[in-house]
Amino acid sequence: MACARAIQPGIRASHDRNSNTANMPLKEKVCPTVDAAVAGIPDGATIMFGGFGGAGFPNNLIQGLARQGARNLGVISNNCGTGEGELGILFKNKQIRKVVAAFPGPGAKYFQEQFDAGEIELELVPQGILCERMRAYGAGIPAFFSPVGVGTEIGRGKEEREIRGKRYILEQALGADYAFIRAQRADHMGNLIYRKAARNFNPIMATAAKFTIVEVEEIVDTGQLDPEAIVTPSIFVDRIVQAPGKRYV
Amino acid sequence: MSKARLTREQIAERAAMELPDGVYVNLGWGIPNLIAAYVPANISVYFHSENGILGMGPRAKPGEEDFDLVDAMKVPVTLLPGGAYFSQDDAHVMTRGGHLDICILGGLQVSERGDLANWRVPGAKGAGGIGGAMDISVGAQKLIVTMEHTAKDGSPKIVKTCTYPLTAIECVDTIITDLAVIDVTPEGLVLRELAPGFSPAEVQAVTEPKLRHAANVPEMQLKPR
Repeated sequence: MACARAIQPGIRASHDRNSNTANMPLKEKVCPTVDAAVAGIPDGATIMFGGFGGAGFPNNLIQGLARQGARNLGVISNNCGTGEGELGILFKNKQIRKVVAAFPGPGAKYFQEQFDAGEIELELVPQGILCERMRAYGAGIPAFFSPVGVGTEIGRGKEEREIRGKRYILEQALGADYAFIRAQRADHMGNLIYRKAARNFNPIMATAAKFTIVEVEEIVDTGQLDPEAIVTPSIFVDRIVQAPGKRYV
Repeated sequence: MSKARLTREQIAERAAMELPDGVYVNLGWGIPNLIAAYVPANISVYFHSENGILGMGPRAKPGEEDFDLVDAMKVPVTLLPGGAYFSQDDAHVMTRGGHLDICILGGLQVSERGDLANWRVPGAKGAGGIGGAMDISVGAQKLIVTMEHTAKDGSPKIVKTCTYPLTAIECVDTIITDLAVIDVTPEGLVLRELAPGFSPAEVQAVTEPKLRHAANVPEMQLKPR
């Protein structure tokens, strides 16, 4: 069974009025399996992956993407895997062409091998600027001036401006075709609640991608989440799949 | 008086004395990660972690780890009463936005103007990684760098101009090493304290820029070894 939310490149599924899945209600975002949740990701897609420090990685979706086999991917993630865990399997499978990351990490064995061999393009971005570039994209801001990286190699080649006596560089907004994220709990509409420090990059990525796929520990009936506690409102979520958390060390 | 350079733990012990009651603090990798253990029991310091924690407590005891509650070094930690969770972008609103009172980072080089290099050794293998250090350095109300005074080959790490890739320019306020406490001021580097048994001349000999100092520079007050 496919997910109701078909992928139409460049169009949010919520805006898709020509869906050929007429037998399922358009509002249904819950997918029956992880493989259904990642179906339709094309070669060459750009994908954001949440997770930090072993917490909050959408490891089930990543494993699903490894089975699905899309190649030539552009990846935006804080780091680049731990052995075969987290993003590691996608590097091992040579599915990734380009990376935007703040800290690829000493455990990113397969990324490092391919980086050293010149097979992967890397853009290193300061971690807070990685967040802020995504936030700008999600908020419709094309670029912004930032003090981070002024006078360092991060600022090289970027437009610089003095504002109220301080130096700033122009940073571009950063979006993606897809976000793969993990949350603790979703309702059927896609409202999300996270758990502890597993929240990290997941909410911001949901706002910066055209199509967001979330794996969650638990799906509850719509109306069962406290509206005051919802971190990611449903408008940012396109597909949901229930899958127990996986951790790699 | 013994004349050994400070251990990494003693650098951390001295750095902890720079934390007044009630401050919000981010600690980086390396020596800074040792500092929390030396905060005096009679003051409250609130630790920030850039993956979205404020009010972070000690490391989790073996058997009590929650792997959804880790610090920026991937170590399972705890949350103190009054602590909060938030997203990574909000965590960096706190760093870059100037909301953290004191940040303490490790260093590879610090220049006499307070430029910091701490993320990459030139010629090192691999891709390297910046992490949150650039955002933290730019935004901290006060930035302290803790490091060994000299590199493994004996060369100074406090230099006139950094030769390593920079983390941020003109950002360091205080340097705490295994030999000295040094403040970065508009007039240059000022030697504030010495490791027990060392003289200003001995510290100057392993420091590239000129150190200013008073006639009598006090010794660091550390617990007996």
